[in-house]
Amino acid sequence: MIYQAIVFLPLLGALIAGFFGRFIGPRPAELITSGFLVIAAVLSWVAFWQVGIGHATDKITLMRWVSSGELDVSWGIRVDTLTAVMLVVVTTVSALVHIYSIGYMHEDPHRPRFFAYLSLFTFAMLMLVTADNLLQMFFGWEGVGLASYLLIGFWYQKPEANAAAIKAFIVNRVGDFGFSLGMFGVFFIFQTISLDAVFAAAPQHAGKTMGFLGYEVDILTTLCLLLFVGAMGKSAQFLLHTWLPDAMEGPTPVSALIHAATMVTAGVFMVARLSPLFEYAPVALQVVTLVGAVTAFFAATVGLVQNDIKRVIAYSTCSQLGYMFAAIGVGAYSAGIFHLFTHAFFKALLFLGAGSVIHAMHHEQDMRHMGGLRSKIPITWAMMLIGTLALTGVGIPFVAGFAGFHSKDVIVEAAYAGHTPFNYAFWLLVIAAFMTSFYSWRLMFMTFYGRTRADHHTYEHARESPYVMLVPLFVLAAGAIFAGFMFKGLFVGDGYKEFWGKAIFEGPGSHIMHAIHEVPAWVAVSPFLAMLAGFGLSYVYYIQAPWLPEATANAFRPLYLFLLNKWYFDELYDRIFVRPAFAIGNFLWKKGDGAVIDGTIDGTANRVLVTANNVAKLQTGYIYHYAFAMLIGLAALITWFMLGTGGVR
Amino acid sequence: MSALAVYAPLLPELILALGAMALLMLGVFRPEAQEEAGRIMWLAVAVLLASGFAVLQGAGKQQLFDGAFVIDSFGRFMKIVVLVAAAGALVLSFDEMSERKALKFEYPVLVLLAATGMMMMVSANNLISLYLGLELQSLALYVVAAIRRDSTRSSEAGLKYFVLGALSSGMLLYGASLLYGFAGATSFEAIAAAARSPGAGQDLLLVFGLVFLLVGIAFKISAVPFHMWTPDVYEGAPTPVTAFFASAPKVAAMALFIRIVISMFAGVQPQWQQIVVFLAIASMLLGAFAAIRQTNIKRLMAYSSIANMGYALVGLAAGTVEGVQGVLLYMAIYVVMTLGAFAVILAMRRDGTAIEDISELAGLSKTNLPMAFAMAMFMFSLAGIPPLAGFFAKLYVFMAAIKAELYTLAVIGVLASVVGAYYYLRIVKLMFFDEAGQPFEPTLPKERAVQWVAMVLVIAFVLPIISAPLVEAAAAAARTLF
Repeated sequence: MIYQAIVFLPLLGALIAGFFGRFIGPRPAELITSGFLVIAAVLSWVAFWQVGIGHATDKITLMRWVSSGELDVSWGIRVDTLTAVMLVVVTTVSALVHIYSIGYMHEDPHRPRFFAYLSLFTFAMLMLVTADNLLQMFFGWEGVGLASYLLIGFWYQKPEANAAAIKAFIVNRVGDFGFSLGMFGVFFIFQTISLDAVFAAAPQHAGKTMGFLGYEVDILTTLCLLLFVGAMGKSAQFLLHTWLPDAMEGPTPVSALIHAATMVTAGVFMVARLSPLFEYAPVALQVVTLVGAVTAFFAATVGLVQNDIKRVIAYSTCSQLGYMFAAIGVGAYSAGIFHLFTHAFFKALLFLGAGSVIHAMHHEQDMRHMGGLRSKIPITWAMMLIGTLALTGVGIPFVAGFAGFHSKDVIVEAAYAGHTPFNYAFWLLVIAAFMTSFYSWRLMFMTFYGRTRADHHTYEHARESPYVMLVPLFVLAAGAIFAGFMFKGLFVGDGYKEFWGKAIFEGPGSHIMHAIHEVPAWVAVSPFLAMLAGFGLSYVYYIQAPWLPEATANAFRPLYLFLLNKWYFDELYDRIFVRPAFAIGNFLWKKGDGAVIDGTIDGTANRVLVTANNVAKLQTGYIYHYAFAMLIGLAALITWFMLGTGGVR
Repeated sequence: MSALAVYAPLLPELILALGAMALLMLGVFRPEAQEEAGRIMWLAVAVLLASGFAVLQGAGKQQLFDGAFVIDSFGRFMKIVVLVAAAGALVLSFDEMSERKALKFEYPVLVLLAATGMMMMVSANNLISLYLGLELQSLALYVVAAIRRDSTRSSEAGLKYFVLGALSSGMLLYGASLLYGFAGATSFEAIAAAARSPGAGQDLLLVFGLVFLLVGIAFKISAVPFHMWTPDVYEGAPTPVTAFFASAPKVAAMALFIRIVISMFAGVQPQWQQIVVFLAIASMLLGAFAAIRQTNIKRLMAYSSIANMGYALVGLAAGTVEGVQGVLLYMAIYVVMTLGAFAVILAMRRDGTAIEDISELAGLSKTNLPMAFAMAMFMFSLAGIPPLAGFFAKLYVFMAAIKAELYTLAVIGVLASVVGAYYYLRIVKLMFFDEAGQPFEPTLPKERAVQWVAMVLVIAFVLPIISAPLVEAAAAAARTLF
């Protein structure tokens, strides 16, 4: 019952707030949805305890869904450690975001709709993480996509919000297309999409080939790559990342919940969930590492120069997701999920903190118009500081530190132990760690330190947020401080195999989790050094010598513009995809639809009207006309048979 | 006593006939009867329900009067539909007629007599009893159509219906005489046996008899090109009468049609199939096209009923158990949809006058949402949009046609229903998206009751708990004919 409650309480809340929000009013809608989520979160921790510590894995079948030929799909809840971890992350952050939103959205007239969407999102995400087969996962996958679309475009009066919502939806479609193809492929090869059956059959198919697009390709590699395309779209990885920064047009709590802590990690979760497939597809895993490491590096470079406070954090999210994929790619699934777990806390903290700043600044998001806010909003400052310390991975090497210190360092070590060519993954991740530190501190310094650049009125009226917004920050801050330290032993420590049980599969030749502990000491301290260097440089640039950033930007103007314009990806896609698509669309619309289809349809419609007029004319009202029509009909039938056409003589 | 017990299966018809007589006497010999016409109306409804109850008590297959009268589960199914339709139409008439002080005690009596005729049509198993039932029904209907004798439109409708009906009766009788000439007998079984002999399909006597007989019945179900009376009579007759015309008589005539072609002309299926296909296609197309330009809602319903008879005939054209089952379901659902739609049309009343202009429905959703919603459901259902009952009705007949490999017929049927959807949906569009005009008077309780019951049935048909018993009964009824 506990699992059903966790999954369906948010749905119930969404239905109540969505359908009856107008009748019960915004306050009850807020309280009901938030209350349900808090209950679900508490239950999730209970479940985490039961499953992670007590190893009480379970499988619950809710109902039959599709049964057609070979395809037999049920709604089910798959309970194992991976699910439990995700349940905790999703419901905890969601509950906190619900509560925070009560304060953040208090001026919005459409609060019931907002809370309904939030709860709907949570339900879909829970469906995704509890899926026992690929179709249910896809249902959740699409459900979170829908909720994300609705929430990004929540302020639908804003054209940018609508554009961002559509962009997110379309870019995700590209990924979803890969996911669907992968799912179809799995069914084609395995004749089932139930996870257990697929996993059991996976080893037999290792190394075998099939025909795809006219080539003979390795079955598992192809399937895994297709599925990974889905993960790339949802987790905003390199090439499919363009939607995530734009998604910041949505309300900030949404950014914290969906675009930092939960939905964007669905791709990471999916690859970890499918570890029994990926482990037999080494080429696919190498691609995962490559994409992850490149994303971590690329997004960090872009984050260096952004001025919108939320966009900096968005690129940071993108970069951190790259870290997770890099870890998974080298086989360190538990490290990737561990980072997912800790990241959820500190990234949600940073977003909600940024939301608190924005709230105080009357919806100003540009850091160039901030500064000196520390004295104005000290609690928010402290929370943001904790988030930054956790993100940049502050800690004492070999001892303990903030959440990011533990999880990120494990990933960097895993990247080194994974022996990528020239250790590229390791170096990219370390450089990314340096940049992470730089842009994080840049954010802190630009926002809270120095003399304010805000206009006098806004600055004077900047006020600390209410406690309904601050308390979630405190909880997340506690997570950001302690989550790494407390759970390291469980997630990636010596007993990690026992903790994960069968939820994560490691191939017979995989020693990565063991090799992590044997990396050289300089490798282990390298992220720490990178972090220090980033902090130092940032301090010099934004505190000691505030004229330096502009000078640097002028000195390296092309590079600066390249980064500021996000590697020109949007422009590139605009040229390659958007404009040709518009051209084709215009052609089909004007010529195809306008001339051919409308012509045909309007023509048909006109013919119908003409016919109708003619038919109506037959109805004269004269009895002898009617009698005549009857006799004609009779004569026609008789003649038909007389002439033998009807089969008579 | 035992001599009387033989006639026990005739109980439903006896109740109707004796009830009609008794009510007539009541009306004639009580001076205040005209003021108490409402009470007589209720008694008539009670008689109909009692008869229906008696029908439900029957079981198995019995024959009376040397086989001229047959009682089987096919007949029972159709009789129930007929009685429900007649009772529904009477209930609908109540408000409208008392509102106009036009309640006459003759009306329920005539409806009962017509219903008696219909019951006999459904059970007819002999050319003589067929004609007897048909004429009893028709004569009552002629009078009912002209019941408002101070209105020229009503009188004209009655007269037109009578003259054309007489013509069709002549054709039917001529067909009957040809068949008697062919088989030397009037009973369906004897004619069926003769028609089954080899080469019977080549015999002009039989084929001409078949054509004339079916033409006579096609007139009653208003299949094209024997439909011409329908729009004029529907428009001219008082609306409650139109509601009655559109429901019960169609069911009875369709039952007769089915019994004749399936049991009497089984041996010459290729021949009658051609006629039915022709009637079906012509009715569906004309019903769809002609309705588009109508501005009067009653004329529109006339063309709608023409098209619906066409769809029902699609199932009959298949000539299989599934086909007949489809027709039975179609007629049952059609009756519900039609009565529901007429309950809405009757409620279109402003300052005591009935409104029949379609454009007056504009913006009804803003002035009377429940009524607009009910009407939208009937229109969607008539257009055949899932998951409403009308969709399943069409599904059953089209599936039967496809199974019988009548692909052209099924395709034309689907295309015609696309055209037909236009005018049904136009009404929905009018009601929900156009500017509201003057509101109608509040709906009267009995009209509202019929609207709601019909709407619930139309919507809930998708639930197996509602549809499964009906589908089962229709299947069982269809099987008894083969």
